[in-house]
Amino acid sequence: MKTPVQFRLNGEEVAAFAESGANLLDVLRESVGDLSVKGGCWQGTCGTCTVLVDGAPRLSCITLAESCAGKSIETAGGLRRGAELHPLQSAFMERFAAQCGYCTPGMLMAAKALLDRNPNPSREEVVDAICGNICRCTGYEPIIAAVLDAARGDSRRRA
Amino acid sequence: MLELRKDIFADERDDNLKEVGKPTQRQDMLGHVTGTSAYYDDHRFANLLHLKILRSPHAHARIRSIDDAAAARAPGVKRIIRGADVPVNLNTLLSLIQFGKDDEPSLATDVVRYKGEPVVAVVATSERAALEALALIRVSYEPLPAVFDVEEALKPGAVSVNAAYPKNTFEYYNKYDHQKLRFGDADAAFAQADIVLDERYQMSPIEHAPTETNGSIAVPDTNGRFIVYTSTQALFFSLDTAAKINAMPSNQLHFIGGTVGGGFGGKVDTLTEPLAILAARLTGAPVRHRLSRHEEMQFGSPRGGERIYIKDGIMRDGRIIARKVRAYFDSGAYTRLSSYAAVKCAAHIPGPYTIPNVSADVYCVYTNRTPATAMRGFGVTALDFGLECQMDKGAVAVGMDPLEYRMLNAYRDGDMKAHRREAKNCALIECAQVAAEKASWPLRDEFRRMSSRTGGGVQRAGGGADRTRAPAPAPAPATRPAPVTPQRVSYERPAAAPAQSAPPPPPRTPSPPPAVQPAGSTHGAPRFSSVFGTRRR
Amino acid sequence: MAKHRGRGVATINYPIGMNLGGDPSQALVHSNPTGKFTVALSSIDLGQGMKSVTRQICAETLGVPVEDVYVDTADSDTGPHCMGSFASRGTHRVGNAVMAAAREARAVMMEAAAEELEVDPGDLETDGRGAIQVKGAPHRSISVRDVAIAAQFKQGKTISGRGIFLVPLSDVNPETGEMSPATCYAHACLIAEVEVDDETGEVTVLKMTSAYELGRAINPKLVEQQLVGGTWMGMSHALYETPEPYYPDTREGPRDFNEYLMPGPGDICPHDIAVLERPAPDGPFGAKGPGEMCANPVLPAVANAIFNAVGVRIDELPITPEKILRALKARGGAAGAALPRAR
Repeated sequence: MKTPVQFRLNGEEVAAFAESGANLLDVLRESVGDLSVKGGCWQGTCGTCTVLVDGAPRLSCITLAESCAGKSIETAGGLRRGAELHPLQSAFMERFAAQCGYCTPGMLMAAKALLDRNPNPSREEVVDAICGNICRCTGYEPIIAAVLDAARGDSRRRA
Repeated sequence: MLELRKDIFADERDDNLKEVGKPTQRQDMLGHVTGTSAYYDDHRFANLLHLKILRSPHAHARIRSIDDAAAARAPGVKRIIRGADVPVNLNTLLSLIQFGKDDEPSLATDVVRYKGEPVVAVVATSERAALEALALIRVSYEPLPAVFDVEEALKPGAVSVNAAYPKNTFEYYNKYDHQKLRFGDADAAFAQADIVLDERYQMSPIEHAPTETNGSIAVPDTNGRFIVYTSTQALFFSLDTAAKINAMPSNQLHFIGGTVGGGFGGKVDTLTEPLAILAARLTGAPVRHRLSRHEEMQFGSPRGGERIYIKDGIMRDGRIIARKVRAYFDSGAYTRLSSYAAVKCAAHIPGPYTIPNVSADVYCVYTNRTPATAMRGFGVTALDFGLECQMDKGAVAVGMDPLEYRMLNAYRDGDMKAHRREAKNCALIECAQVAAEKASWPLRDEFRRMSSRTGGGVQRAGGGADRTRAPAPAPAPATRPAPVTPQRVSYERPAAAPAQSAPPPPPRTPSPPPAVQPAGSTHGAPRFSSVFGTRRR
Repeated sequence: MAKHRGRGVATINYPIGMNLGGDPSQALVHSNPTGKFTVALSSIDLGQGMKSVTRQICAETLGVPVEDVYVDTADSDTGPHCMGSFASRGTHRVGNAVMAAAREARAVMMEAAAEELEVDPGDLETDGRGAIQVKGAPHRSISVRDVAIAAQFKQGKTISGRGIFLVPLSDVNPETGEMSPATCYAHACLIAEVEVDDETGEVTVLKMTSAYELGRAINPKLVEQQLVGGTWMGMSHALYETPEPYYPDTREGPRDFNEYLMPGPGDICPHDIAVLERPAPDGPFGAKGPGEMCANPVLPAVANAIFNAVGVRIDELPITPEKILRALKARGGAAGAALPRAR
C-alpha cells in the first residue's frame, strides 16, 4: 500500500509515493532520485545516511518517510548554490578530507547542522557534532580541520 | 602537512619534476563533496529486483531437506535459486591463476561449513518481500561437530572442515601441508645463543568495515550481454570469476566499477556478482545483490585470525643469530585467498633484519567459521605485530635500547636475506633515525651515524662476525650518485654454512657491489614447479 | 589508581605488489583531436587515489600539465586488464603501465611536432605547460593542441600508447622457501606514546611520531591521507576491533557498529610524520606504495608502549581494558618498565 509523501527537498517541493513504513533514505534515493544520500548500515549506527530535517541531523535509514511530510529536508546534493560550493564543501576539498568519499555526504550534513546553529564552534564541539558519522579512510583529522576552516569563514587551508 | 625529508637519499633521486611530487587536488574530490561520485548502487532501474540470501544458522551441518514452496508463492517473489541452478557451483578464487582446488559452492547443497554460509537465494520485487520470503523457507539440518581452533584442527582425528582439503590444511605443490623457509641452521644456533625467547602472539580476525558494503547490480543489456555495476576491488578478477560460475564467455559480461566506498581487501572475493548475474539471466530483469551491514560484518570475509609463535636466539651483545617462526592462518571454512596469505607471510619472515639462521613453517588452516580473505597488510600485519613485540622483548632481555637493538640487527644493502636474495634499497635505519630525532628518542652517536648503504655484505650472512665491531660510520656525502645495482639473484656461498664456521675476516673497506648479473640469469635454486602447482601458461 | 605514560616503537618494511609477482597491469593513453589526453584503465579507486596518482604520472611522462589529462576507470569494455587494487600494487604496477603507455604516446607526439617544425624529434622538449619547443630556442614552438590536430588530420598519426607492467612470476623452492617476494620494499619507524589508566584499563594514544620511506611521494597530500588514515586503522586494530571477541570461540559476534568498536574523532591523537624517499629502481619515478603498511607499525608500537607504561605484555589483540586489568592483577600492580637507557 503506497502513501503519498510531500516535503521540501533542498528548497524544492517534491512528492513521492512511498510504501507504508518506508524509510526516508529509500524514498529519497529510489522514489525521488536524490542519490547524494548514501546508505552504510541501514541500522542507524554509522551516520552515512545523515540528512537534515527541519535543520536537525537525522539518520534517514531509520526515519519513517511519512513522518517527514511537510518538512524541509536538506541533503548534500543541495549544498551548492548553482556553481558555487558551500564553504564546507570548499573546506573539505582543500583539506583533502575525503578519500573514498562514501561517508562525505553524511559528514557534510552533520557539520552543516552544527555550523547553522553554532557558527564558531570549538574543536570539541566539532568532534561532538561528527562523532555519529563513521569514516573508515581519513582518520578524522582532516575532516575536523575542514569544519573548523569553514567555520572561520576561510576555506583556504592553514599551514 | 607531513615533512618531506628530501635531504635523505638525495643523491639517488632526480627531483626535477613538474607534476609528480605536487599536492595536486584529487580528480574525484569535487564529486565526493557534491555527493555526485557514482558508486555501484547509484544507478536506477525500472523493475529492479532484489536478491537476498538464506544463510546457515549452524557452523557445521548436513542439509537434509529444503522446502521453499511457500517462499516461491510469497508476494513479490520472482525466483528462488538453489545450488542446483548454479552452472558451476564449486569454485576457488585463485583458480583463475591455477592455484588451489575448487572448494566453495555459491549455494550449499549437502553440507554447510560455517554459520552464515549461503543456502538459498530469493529474488523479489523489494528487499522486504525477499526477506519475508526467506522466513518462509524451511531447511532441515543435521548439526555436525565443529572445530574453531587452528591447532585443534591440525590434531589427528579433528573434525574435517573442507572436503577438498580433508586434513584441514591447504596443500602446496601437491606435497606439503604448509609453507617452509629454511636458511642456515636455526636449531644449532639456538644451542649457541645466550638468550632464547619463545613467545606466542594471537591476532583477532578483523572486519574490513568499509562504509559501503559489498554489492552489485546485474542488468540485462540490449545486446544479450549483462552489465554489472560492482563494488569490486579487482574488475577482471570478479568478471572472470562470475563468468566461470555462470559458465558464460567472459565477453558476455560488461563490468563497470572503479569508484568504491572503501575496500581494504574485502571486495576482492566477488561475493555478490555471480548470483546477481544468474538471477538476472533467470528473470530477465535487473537484480541487485547487496550485503546488509550485519551480513558484511559477520558473513563477509574478515582478515583471518593469525596465531604466531616466534623463537629468537640472541647473543648478549644484541645480535639475533636465529629466528624460528611457526604461524597459523585461520582460513575459515574455505580457501578464498588465505592460501596466498601463508606464502606472503613466509616471504616476509624474518622481517627487515639480517639474521643468519631462519626457519619458518606457515600453515593455512581450515576451521568452521566465516572464510577469511585479504585485508590491508595481508599476510604481514600479524607477523609484524609478533615480530615487533618480540624485538622489544629481546631488547629488554639483553638490556639494550629497543630502537638501537632494531638498528643493530637491521638489514642493509648487500646483506643476504633468508630467501636467498640480496637486500637492496634498504632504509630501515634511516627511518629509525628520523623518527627518533622527531620524538626526541636518544640514540648513541654510533647509531645516529649508521647507514643502510654501508656495513652490509656477504660476510654478515655467514655468521655475522663483523657485527661484533662497532658499526661502520656513515660515508661522506657521495660526490656521484651511488650506482643502482640490479637485483642479484644468485649468491655463491659455501654449501650448508653452519652458524659456527669461522667467518672470513671482514674487509677494511666496504666491499664493492657484486658483479652485475644479466637480468635473465637463473636462480641458484633448482627449478621447482611454481607456487601455483603448474607452470603458468 | 593512576595514569601511566609510556612510549613504544616499531620498525617495519613492506613488500610492494602481489607477492612473487605475476600481477600485470595495462594502460592505454590517447589524445583527443585537440591535444587533451585520456588514460583508460580498469583499475579501481577505493579512495586511495588511483585516479589521481596515475593522472600525475601520465602528465609528467607526457610532459603536459595535469589539467590536460583525465583518467577513465573502470570499464571492462574500454579499460585493459589490471589485476586489481590490493597488495599496495597500484602506484607501482599501474603507475608503471601508465608510464609505458604515456612514453609511447609522447614519442608519436614528438615525431608529429618535429614534422611540423621541420626538426629532428631529438631536438624538441615539452615545456610542461602545453607547448613543445626546440631545445635552446624556445621561440620555435608549437602547442600540443596544434600538434594533435596536425597529427590526426594531416599526418595520419595516432597520438596514443599502450603499456603493460609485469614483474615476472617468481618460483618458490618448497624445501627452502627461496623466492623473490618483491622487487622493492617500503619502510617505516613509528613511535607511539600512550597513557594507561590502571583502574579502568583504558588506553589513550597521546601521540604518534613516524618516518615512512616510500620511494617517491607522487602526491604528498595523498600520501598524508594514507598515513593518517592508516595509522588510525592501526590504532583501531590494536585497541578496539574484533568480530570474534572470544576468539576462537565464535559467540557474541558484533552485528552493527554499536557492537563493533572503532575509535571516533574524539579518540584520535596528533601524528607527526616525516616521509623519506629512496627510489625503487623499478618504481614509477621511484615510487613504492604506502597503502597497507601505514597501519602495521601502530599495533606493536602501542603494545610496546603499554609495556613501557605499566609493565604488562599483552600478546593478544585487541588490547582491551579487560585484558590490561587482568594482566595488572596477575602482576600485582602497575609499574613502568623503564628500559636500561634514560629517555
